Amino acid sequence: MTIIIPTPLRQYVDGQAKIEVTAPTVKGALDALTLERPELRKHLFNAEGKVRAFVNVYLNDEDVRYLPQKEDSAVMENDTLTIIPSIAGGSSFQPSAFRRQVEPRTSN
Amino acid sequence: MSVLSMPATVYDAMRAHGEETYPHECCGVLLGQVVRGEWHVEAAVRAGNMRTDSAHNRYSIDPAELVRIQRDAMRQRQDIAGFYHSHPDHPAQWSATDFAEAHWIGCSYVITEVRSGRAALTNAFLLAGTTEEDKRFEPMDVRLDESIGDTSK
Repeated sequence: MTIIIPTPLRQYVDGQAKIEVTAPTVKGALDALTLERPELRKHLFNAEGKVRAFVNVYLNDEDVRYLPQKEDSAVMENDTLTIIPSIAGGSSFQPSAFRRQVEPRTSN
Repeated sequence: MSVLSMPATVYDAMRAHGEETYPHECCGVLLGQVVRGEWHVEAAVRAGNMRTDSAHNRYSIDPAELVRIQRDAMRQRQDIAGFYHSHPDHPAQWSATDFAEAHWIGCSYVITEVRSGRAALTNAFLLAGTTEEDKRFEPMDVRLDESIGDTSK
């Protein structure tokens, strides 16, 4: 199967955008990818060996977290696994118009 | 300071997006290539803001949309070079939330202040470092290349 590597992690796979691995499950594919790439493994997995919370893994068009078998889902030769870190943020700024809606009134 | 170059049309498209979604934050993906060690952006792809609960000060891109954008980019021999979003009525500086949620090390994060509905300052920051533990934002020098045609989407 093919694993798509996002831009930030390509430095750990010699700049490649795609890696071919052979494995029976999603977990097996991630293990195969990181078996001889310990630096990459540290980026993908936390100390408990779980995929980091900000790392999304898609099996074709499906988020692995929502598959019935999750990382134990079976994979086929023609499947594509995409690793995609999350992207989010924001100013966190609370304009006065919004603050007025949530701040309690002070009594005199 | 590292350089982020892009066509003026892409730069203008990002800023226009921020004006269109005001007073909510806009967000999108920058596609490009590394040229002589510097990111050269060739296109900006608009994305939806999933944070409808707090769109005035938060943004989040659906990972499924990111997967599609990355797939399309690779077909065009481009990479995800970074991301952009707007700060409605707030400076074009990265926030604690921006930093905590930034995981694309080596990519650029472009922020446009939209003041009273009009795009003001636009700044770019490189997410430098090697790991989540030592990552940091560094200012980038945004250079506009007027000679490149319109590739914004």
